[in-house]
Amino acid sequence: MTGLMHHLIVAPILLPLVASAILLLVDERRRTTKAMISLGSTVLLILVALVLFRTEIGQGDFEGVYLVGNWAAPFGIVLVLDALSALMLLLTALLAVSALVFSLARWHAVGAHFHSMFQLLLMGVNGAFLTGDLFNLFVFFEVMLAASYGLLLHGSGPLRVKAGMHYIAVNLVAALLFLIGVSLIYGTAGTLNMADLAARIPEIEPDRRMLMEAGAGILGIVFLIKAGMWPLCFWLPTAYSAASAPVAGIFAIMSKLGIYVILRLTMLLFSEGPSASFGTVVLLYGGMATLIFGTIGVLASQALGRLAGFFVLVSSGTLLMVIGINDGAISSGALLYLVSSTLSISAFFMLIELVERGQDAGASVIAVTMEAYGDAEDDEAAESEGVTMPGTMAILGICFAACAVLLSGLPPLSGFVAKFAMLSTMMGTGAIGVPPTAAVWALAVLVILSGVAALISMTRAGIRTFWSSLEGTVPRVLVIEVVPVLFLLALTLALTVQAGPAMQYMDATIRSLSRPSLYIDAVRDAVRIPGYRDAATNGDAEGR
Amino acid sequence: MELVLSIAIGVMTSCGIWLILRPRTYQVIVGLSLLSYAVNLFIFGVGGVKANVPPILGDDVAASALADPVPQALVLTAIVIGFATTALFLVVLLASRGLTGNDHVDGRNEPR
Repeated sequence: MTGLMHHLIVAPILLPLVASAILLLVDERRRTTKAMISLGSTVLLILVALVLFRTEIGQGDFEGVYLVGNWAAPFGIVLVLDALSALMLLLTALLAVSALVFSLARWHAVGAHFHSMFQLLLMGVNGAFLTGDLFNLFVFFEVMLAASYGLLLHGSGPLRVKAGMHYIAVNLVAALLFLIGVSLIYGTAGTLNMADLAARIPEIEPDRRMLMEAGAGILGIVFLIKAGMWPLCFWLPTAYSAASAPVAGIFAIMSKLGIYVILRLTMLLFSEGPSASFGTVVLLYGGMATLIFGTIGVLASQALGRLAGFFVLVSSGTLLMVIGINDGAISSGALLYLVSSTLSISAFFMLIELVERGQDAGASVIAVTMEAYGDAEDDEAAESEGVTMPGTMAILGICFAACAVLLSGLPPLSGFVAKFAMLSTMMGTGAIGVPPTAAVWALAVLVILSGVAALISMTRAGIRTFWSSLEGTVPRVLVIEVVPVLFLLALTLALTVQAGPAMQYMDATIRSLSRPSLYIDAVRDAVRIPGYRDAATNGDAEGR
Repeated sequence: MELVLSIAIGVMTSCGIWLILRPRTYQVIVGLSLLSYAVNLFIFGVGGVKANVPPILGDDVAASALADPVPQALVLTAIVIGFATTALFLVVLLASRGLTGNDHVDGRNEPR
């Protein structure tokens, strides 16, 4: 990447920022204009993410270091694009365009500033994926959270306000823990640049090392709250199921952001030296507990929204356990699982709203449970205009079945491919041939059990929704609401067909992640662009 | 100086934690504010407590007598972000009060 192309790295942050700023200036009544600006920005974001993704395919070495402000690495702000962040950027952009198109049917009109907040959320998420130092990670996290507070409350109603209040309180405390962790790390290591930090951590003397590890542990708690590790996850199903459908669809990437940061920091900071494999035990057992809790939750959920919330926990638990086991071959399968599960959970969140639209809100939920989780929301917007989907129930049913197949990991879709990739390496049928350890056995059993639970729960929900629905009303569903769901499901189909190249990419990603020296050297050796000031000083020197 | 600072951080943190575990939304927000003050002081403290020294390296300043500027910059950012999010929380709190008619964090009064 040279010249102007290099500046594309900062585009995923700038583009949504500029779009949201412009959107603020457009009057709230000019909905079409706002929708077009927002959609344009998101589509451009996909193109940028695709270009960035293509530069990372088949390229082992780093070139994606961007010095914002043109200061050399440990002093200035740095953005780092590698295979993992390029993948996550693409995933975010794809989810974003689906959620946005979905929202255009009616949701973007039920409250103010939906599009501005949506773009700011994208900016925060993209920034967190790209940033190369801890404090900017905090700033981007806060941008993302501030936008997500607004989005969660979008549509209002007592249920959302209550869930939103809990969500905000939990995340404010998490932000404070983030600051404590960051400042402890700065106080002991003297740097916040991730690459510089990774190089300095082995050299920290033992009496300060404990403080540094305490800081890293506190920092880890923040991301585990975001990822929803048990026992830090009780806010998650409530908040996600209270959010409006397109918002929940894009929130699916936020829990993966927590996973991403944990994966990044574990691989980068704690892969070698005296602090090696710091925190992996917590991730292993925490992930195990999350997976068990999520599985029980999936079996116990009656409302579809909560069911989807617990699928987020199952996905997080599996990924955390894999990071805790810290085995390269399993991890690359897990990355495929991350992509597949994020796409299917996001599709499921949006599908739920369509399926439940025709029903009396909460008809399928036992009255006692309804009481425990608050009254049914009542946000009947005016009938939206647009082309109604023909053959609604058939298409919704097919989408629901596809989601069930994906989430339980049955063949033929990508959920199966991802779980198969993980399980086959776990059982040592690959080239490794090492008998699996107890932790790996536990992971394998739990992954299979969670799949069974998902299948049971989805079958039950499907029968109740589609076959034994009490009212015979067919929901009025627009084409632009079904298309995003179909798009996400088509992506998982593409991921299945192209599973070979996808796995190669994941393998390459994990290989480059497991060599932190690549990352460190790339950031440290990043060359500043000679600016006019350098030219001026050189000129002075020659003049004298 | 260090002792006073540590005691202040400790007292504010413990008060803050007690308050955020209370059932009334107003207590929670006061607790969050106290906690954020404690954290701000803590960040300030990790740079080393120094009085009357500049944070900017000048010609007549020895590098050893320099106050670390990074924690100060971090504190500024943290204050701004904390202030904004607290204000937002206050709005949500009022919305919840309006919608549910009471100030319990779960939106309902516990049976007496």
